This record gives sequence, structure tokens and C-alpha cells, in this order.
Amino acid sequence: MSINDFWIILTASLVALCCAIPGCFLVLRRMAMFGDAISHAVLPGLVVAYLISGSRASSVLLLGAAITGLLVTFIIEFIQKKMRVQNDAAIGITYTFLFAVGVILISLFAGQTDLDQECVLYGEIAFVPFDTITLDSGLLLGPRQVWIAGGMLLILLIILRIGYRGLYLTTFDAGYASTLGVSVLLWHYVLMGMVSLATVVSFESVGAIMVIAFLVGPAATAALFAKRLPWMIAVAASIGVLSSIFGYILAVVLNASVSGSIAVMIGVIFALALLIKRFFPS
Amino acid sequence: MNNLREFIFLTEPNIILVVMGTLILCGMAALVGCFTFLRKRALVGDAVSHSVLPGVCLAFILTGEKNPLYFLFGAIITGLASLVIMEWLGRNNKTRPDTAIALLLSVFFGLGIVLLTSIQHSGNAGQAGLDKFLFGKAASITKDDVLLFAISAIFIIGGIIGFLRGFSVLSFDENYAQSIGFPVKRLRFLLAFITVWSVAIGIQAVGVVLMAALLITPALAARMWTDSIRTMLLIAVFIGLLSGYTGAFISYAAPAMPTGPWIVVMATFMAVVSMVFAPKRGYLYRWRETRNNHRITLEENILKLFYGLGEKTGNPNGAIIKEDLNNARSFDPSQLSKGLKILQKKGYVNDVLQTWQLTPEGLIAAQRVVRLHRLWELYLQKYLHLNPDHVHDDAEAMEHVITPEIEAQLDALLGNPQTDPHNTKIPPAI
Repeated sequence: MSINDFWIILTASLVALCCAIPGCFLVLRRMAMFGDAISHAVLPGLVVAYLISGSRASSVLLLGAAITGLLVTFIIEFIQKKMRVQNDAAIGITYTFLFAVGVILISLFAGQTDLDQECVLYGEIAFVPFDTITLDSGLLLGPRQVWIAGGMLLILLIILRIGYRGLYLTTFDAGYASTLGVSVLLWHYVLMGMVSLATVVSFESVGAIMVIAFLVGPAATAALFAKRLPWMIAVAASIGVLSSIFGYILAVVLNASVSGSIAVMIGVIFALALLIKRFFPS
Repeated sequence: MNNLREFIFLTEPNIILVVMGTLILCGMAALVGCFTFLRKRALVGDAVSHSVLPGVCLAFILTGEKNPLYFLFGAIITGLASLVIMEWLGRNNKTRPDTAIALLLSVFFGLGIVLLTSIQHSGNAGQAGLDKFLFGKAASITKDDVLLFAISAIFIIGGIIGFLRGFSVLSFDENYAQSIGFPVKRLRFLLAFITVWSVAIGIQAVGVVLMAALLITPALAARMWTDSIRTMLLIAVFIGLLSGYTGAFISYAAPAMPTGPWIVVMATFMAVVSMVFAPKRGYLYRWRETRNNHRITLEENILKLFYGLGEKTGNPNGAIIKEDLNNARSFDPSQLSKGLKILQKKGYVNDVLQTWQLTPEGLIAAQRVVRLHRLWELYLQKYLHLNPDHVHDDAEAMEHVITPEIEAQLDALLGNPQTDPHNTKIPPAI
């Protein structure tokens, strides 16, 4: 195993950890498809932020895309409530439109952004080791993406630590939460913000669609076994890391896309978990 | 300009192929999408469109040929497989439906990407162009493709026309369909099969991700305009065709522009127009209706107040001091003056020296509202056996919506009554 393999697995694992945290809440709240919607819809936000800031590693970029993520949630709710459109169709029309706009923007400003269509769909995690940060003093700090994903994981953990009670209460018993004076709407948007952040940081490495596997897959597997929320998050995180390792091996064996292989591995682990549950029901 | 004319009048054979192919795909998807939409399965459609990708790749790996027929076959198989797994997961309560959709969508797509990249890295020269299934490439539609699309269209349209009744009942109420003896299971499978089929051919125009829009968006737009499923199907197909045509046109006029995303943007534009402007269900219409209802309620409440105050003094159209109006009933002052202004314009009240007076027309209108109110109170007491103390609030709401026909029925039913449950006189019909 070379150092490049290590960097790729580390990046994938960090991304998986970032996604596992909001993913568990999405699955418990039956809002998995919001993950789908946000992961597609941040695309135009990313493109616009690229065009404005002209660089990849800027906080403008993250902020811009996170705002787009919240905007999507808002638009979906607006269409649902004010236009009286059923939930699934409201989600469908919103994210396909925003994704289409994103692809059009990419073609319009082709060459001015680093994004291309393939990258949007399945990421470029294989190139992670070649984009490194070097300090002025000549010190090599390792791949840029590792630092970004690591930093984002830290941010998400801090939000989880501070907001745990609110997220927990509004997830399991929204009625009880509001009698305690905990704002259901506020925590809804906090969660959507977390999903947006996780999505944005994953986007470059794994692409718009595989993000959903990272968000939902490990959490759904953990939900089969875990009885308590902290356990569920821990199990989901471990499954995410395991899938990253085995997925990478699969990718090397098949000489295929890394993010695609990890998604397949997430599916395989879910299927195995179903089998285990069937034969050892306790 | 010459190019555009070629496009509009379809003089170039190559353009004819592309436009025809795109139109068939968009029309089919819109038609099938209506049922997906009505069954509230819009996101299932999304999952299916991602799930056909591994089938296409498998077909290529197994046959080594780029034959559209093999692609279609492979696509239908994995599309159906993901549908079956989705239903199984949901039925056995392994996961919630939304989680199952998201999981299968991303895992099947991941599998497709693994196969696709594996083919690409294998150095097989024949693989070029497979990625058109990812993003759609209307410009690459060939004669064989159009032939396949056309044959598919015949089967899909034929199937939908043949089973329209069954599909309609299935879409609105599955349990009801079962109870009146429709073969629900078979119908459901047939519908799923047709859906997967149209998705499998449709991704060639717009790609995997945006296929969901081709299914949902025209159906959503069409639903705004009508309550009849036949009309809805026709409107949806029309919108699908129109967005397909404009999308193809834009990418022809500006070759750097991708076709699929423009089709989606055009369809969304039409859906937004429908959501805002459609009669009855549109936002503007509902907004105007609500405002009108508020206005009518306000007017009638003020008229009632005049009548009530007149009853107390024994002088129905006597002058009322403005302060009395303000004190008598908890109106918002700005609402009250707005309502009075409208009534004055209609000639129902007169502003005479610091007092308000009902005109003869105003008195008639006031009597009507009071009469409806008291008739309804009496009806509630007599037929629903409500306590006289409890009938007022309900009558407050009903008095604004009772039509002359219902009024006549109430009058006849109650035997042309003279007094209401509170023993006050019911004004006679005019």
C-alpha cells in the first residue's frame, strides 16, 4: 500500500464520518430524500461560488453552497405549502431544476471552473493525493481535501455537541419538544445546514449522487441494530469507514471508480446486515 | 439564421432524427409520469432512472456490442430489480420507504459507475459514447434509436390506452381498485414495467439525474389545469413535447449548451407558470378568492350589525352614530372603515352628518344575511338538536355561503318559520 492509497482511504473515511452524523438524523426523521435534494441542488451554488471566488479552498465556497442547501429546503417547503404540491413532487421538481441550472452554468463557463460533468456525478477522489498544500517554508502538509474534510468533521462534531439535545428532542418527539419551548423549525434548519455542509465537502470527492449513499446507507444499516442514538451514530460512522476501506480495495481490483465502489460496498454491508438480522434476530 | 430556419422547418435529415427522438422520449415520459405523480411515487421514478445505468453497462459487458435493443433489455432488468427490492424493503419494514429509495438509488448508481469506469479503463475501443446514458446526448440519436423509440412508444401508448381505466383507479385508490375486482397486482406490475421502459429510453435524451424531471414536471404542471385524468394526460404530453422541442432548439442554436438540462429548465418554467396562473388551483386564483371571501364576509358582518342595532331601537334604517358602530362589535377600526367605504360605493349605506344610515337596498341586503343566519340557527337546533346557546358560531360561518337554493330548501324544511331559537324574528324572504 502506497502513501497515495492511504490518503484516498483517509479522505473517503473523513467524508463518510461527515455524512454519518447528519445522515442518522435524516433517516430517523424519514427525510432521506432531502439528502438527495440537497446533494443535487448545491451544484449551482458551488458553480457560482467558484466563479466569484475563483478558487476551491475558500470559505466563501463552503458558505455559498451551504446557503444554497438551506435555500432548497425553503423552496421545497414553499412549493409544498403555498402552491399546494405534494411533498415528493415538490422535492423532485426543485432539485432537478437546480441541478439542470448547475449543469448549464458549467457549460456556460466551461474552463473557468474546475468542475466538469463527470466530476459532478462521481467525484474525483482518485486525484486527491495530487492536490497538496505546501507551506511557504516548504513544509508539505498533505492533500488539501484531507484538511478540508477533517476541518468540516470538527465543525460538524461541535454542532452535534452543542445542538444534541435540540436535534434529539425534535427528531423523536416534535410535539413534546415544542411544549418544552424547543423550536422544531430552528432545528430542522440546523439539520439541513449540517446536511449541506457535509454534502459540499463530499461533493468534490464523491460526486452528487454517491453522497446520498454516504448519508443514508451507513445510517440505515445502523438503524437495523442500534437502540440508542449515540450508538447509532457510532455504528454508522464505523460502517462508513469500513465501506471506505473495502470499497477502495474493490476499486483497485476492478480498476474502477473509487466512489462508485464505496457506494456498492455500502449496499453490500446493508445487505449483509439484513441477513445477519434474519438469522440472529436478537 | 439559416440554421434556425433549418431547425424550425426540419429540413435537415439529421435534425429531424434528433428532434423526433427527443419528442418521442419527452412525450412518453410525460405520459407515464402522470401515473407516477398521481400515485405519489415521484421519487421512486427518480430511483428507477438511476437504477437502469448498471443494466446498460452489463448489457455492453455481456454482449460487447452497442445495440440499443440490448441496452434497453439490460436497463429494464435492473430497473425492475431495484423496484422489486424497494417494495420488499418497504413491505417487510426493514427500512422506511424514503430510506429505501435513497439507498437503492445511490447504490445502484454506484454499481453503474463502477461498471462504466471499469469498461472505460479496460481500454475497449468500442465503449466510447456509453456515457451518453449519464448525461443524455440528444445529438447522438441515430436512426436505429429513433426506430426503437417509435416502437416503444407504440407499445407504451397502446398499453396506457388499453388499461387506462385500471391505471386510473389504481392511481387514485389502490384499495378501492382491489375491492371492485381489478387485478391490482398485475396492473401494478404492468404500470411498473411501462414506467421502467420509458425511463430506460428516456435517459438517452436527458441523462440519469434529470430523468426524474421528465416524469414529474409535466405531470405536475398538467395537474394544475384540470381534474380529469384524460385531460391531464393530454396536457402533460403537450408540455413534455413543448419542453423537448424548445430544449433541442436551444442546444441546436447554441451548440455548447446541453440539451437535457435545457429541457428540464423549460419544463420547470412551464410548471411554475401553471402553479401561479392556472385557474382554480393556481396561486393567483386562490389568492384572489381568499381576498374576495374576506371582503364579502366583512361587508355582510357590517350589514348585520346595522340590522341588529336597528332592531334594538325599533327603527331598522335609522341613523347610527359612528361610535356605536365601533363599540357594538369588535371590528378592527381600519377594517370597519374599509368595509363601510365599499358599502357606500355599492349604495348600501349613506354617510349623513356623523351618522351612518342604511339605504333601502342596504336594508334588503342586511335582511338577507340576518335571515340566513337565523334560519341556520333554527335548523341546527331542530335537526341536530344543538343547544340554542351553541348555534351562533356555526351560523356566523354559514350565513356567508348559503345559496338561494339552500335557503329555499331550509325554509320549506322548517315550515316557513317566523322566529329563531332565541325568539327573535326571522326577516321574511324578499
